[in-house]
Amino acid sequence: MSEVVQALVNALNLGGLYALYALGVAMVFGILRLVNFAHSSLIMAGGYTMVFAAGLPLPVRLVLTVAVCVLLAVLLELVAFRGVRTAAPETMLVTSFAVSMLLASLAETLFGALPRATDVDPVFRASWTFGTVYVPKTNVVTIVVVAVLIGGLGLFLTRTPTGLRMRAAAEDFATARLLGVAANNVISLAFAISGVLAAAAAVLLLGANGSVTPSFGFNAVLFGLIAAVVGGLASLRGAVLGGFVLGAASQLLQEVLPAGLAPFRDAVVFATVFLLLVVRPQGLIRSGQGVRV
Amino acid sequence: MADVLLSIRGLTVRYGSVTALHGIDLDVAQGELVALVGPNGAGKSSTLAAVSGLVRPAGGTVTVGGVVVSGLAPEKVVRQGVALVPEGRNIFAGLTVAENLAIGATVRRHGVAEDLERELERFPILRERYRQQAGLLSGGEQQQLAVARALMSKPRLLLLDEPSLGLAPRLVDLVFETVAQLHREGLTIVLVEQNATRAVALADRTSVLRTGRIVRSGTAAELGGGAAMAAEYLGEAS
Repeated sequence: MSEVVQALVNALNLGGLYALYALGVAMVFGILRLVNFAHSSLIMAGGYTMVFAAGLPLPVRLVLTVAVCVLLAVLLELVAFRGVRTAAPETMLVTSFAVSMLLASLAETLFGALPRATDVDPVFRASWTFGTVYVPKTNVVTIVVVAVLIGGLGLFLTRTPTGLRMRAAAEDFATARLLGVAANNVISLAFAISGVLAAAAAVLLLGANGSVTPSFGFNAVLFGLIAAVVGGLASLRGAVLGGFVLGAASQLLQEVLPAGLAPFRDAVVFATVFLLLVVRPQGLIRSGQGVRV
Repeated sequence: MADVLLSIRGLTVRYGSVTALHGIDLDVAQGELVALVGPNGAGKSSTLAAVSGLVRPAGGTVTVGGVVVSGLAPEKVVRQGVALVPEGRNIFAGLTVAENLAIGATVRRHGVAEDLERELERFPILRERYRQQAGLLSGGEQQQLAVARALMSKPRLLLLDEPSLGLAPRLVDLVFETVAQLHREGLTIVLVEQNATRAVALADRTSVLRTGRIVRSGTAAELGGGAAMAAEYLGEAS
C-alpha cells in the first residue's frame, strides 16, 4: 500500500511538471500553430532571474521571475514571431529554434557555461514521512502549484470574455478576426500566459535541481512537446492529459524496470509514444471538434 | 443612385501568380440587395474576402460609408460595420451556441442583450439549442447560427457567401426568406450565390462575374430574368 501511495505522489509530481511544460507549448501552438522551442528560453530566463535576485525576499523574487518571463515572452513574439506569422509553419519552427539557440548562447556569454546555484526555499529540501511513505515537500508544492495554474487557466478561458475570444481564436483564427477578435492582442496574451507557465516551471525546476545553466529548460520543453503531441497538440486539455500520462508512464517504468534496464527508461517511454502516434496520429484528444478547453 | 454605402474601385486580388479579380468596380447603395453570381472561380468569394479584409487586395480601393477599408485587418473592417458570413459557415464547433453569439458581439458595447433577443426570435431553433455545442447542430441550424452571429455585430453591410450551399431544399427556402426579411428591414446586403436563378430574382441588382471580371450588371428584368440569365451566362440548366 505505501509503495502505491509513494509511486502515486511521484507520478503526480512528474506528470504535473510535464503538464506545465506541455501547457506552455500548447498555449502558443493552439493560437498560432507555432511549435515554440523558445519556451525553453523563457524557463532559462526565469531560472537566471531567481539566481540574480537571490538576496531578495522570496515573494519579490517570484514576482520578478514572473515579470521577466512574461515580458520576454511578449517581446519574443513582437520581435521574432510577428514578422513570420503568416509564413509557412516550417519558417516559424526554424525561427523558434533559432531564438532558443540565440538566447542560450547569449546566456552562456553573459553568465558562463557553468551551473549557477541558488537556494529557492528550504521547503524544497524538506520532506514528510508518514510511516514508510516518504513525501518530499517539493512534490507537494509542485502538485499544488500545477493544480492552481491549470484550474486558474481553465476558469479564465471558460468564464471570461477574453478567455472566450482566445478559445474562438484557437479554434478558427480567421473567423474570430472577422468577428472582431484582435489578432495581436490574443497572440500577445497567449505568449504572456506561456510566460507565466514558464516562470512557474523555472521556479519548480530550480527548487528541485538547485542550479541553472544556459541549456536549462531544453529538456523540459522537449518533454513538454512530447506530452503535448501525445495529448493532441492544439488541445490544452490534451496537453494536461498528455503530461500526466507521460509522467505516470515514466514513473511506472522507473518502478517496474529491472535495475539493468532503468537507464533506458526514457528510451522505452519514447518508443511507447512512437507506437501511440502510429496508432493514433492525432494524439489522445483530437482537436477542433469540441474537445478543447 | 441613393447614398452609396459600399464602393469598390479597380479591386484586384492575386493569390501568388494567379489573379482572381481583375480590377472590378461595384457600388452598393444604402439598403440595397446586390447579388454576385458566376461560375466557380469567377471571383465572387474573392470579392467578399477583399471587402472583409480576409485578403489584402493587390490593387484598388474599397470604401464603406466613405471610410477606406481596403488593406485594413478583418478585425478593423468589422468595426466599420461590415459582417461576413463565410462560405462553409465556419461556426466555432467547440463552443456553445451562446458562446458563438457572444463572440459575434465582440465589437459591441451597448444593446447586446436586445439584439441577442431579436436574433433568438428570428431563429427560434437557436434559443432551443442555446446551451448546446455548436458542432452538434445540423447544417441548416449551423447556417442560421452563422447568420445570427454575424448580425450580432449589428452590421451596416452584410456579406453572405453561398449561404444555401449544401442545404436541403426546405432549408434553402428558409435561407432565402431570411435574406428577404433582412433586406426588408433595410440592411444592405451583398449576396454571393451559386443558386443564380433565385438570387437574381431576390436581388435589386445582380452583377455577373466571370474569370475575375464583371461581365454584366443590372436588374432581373434587364438581365432577361433570372432563369434566362443563368442559362445564358452560367450554362445553368435550371
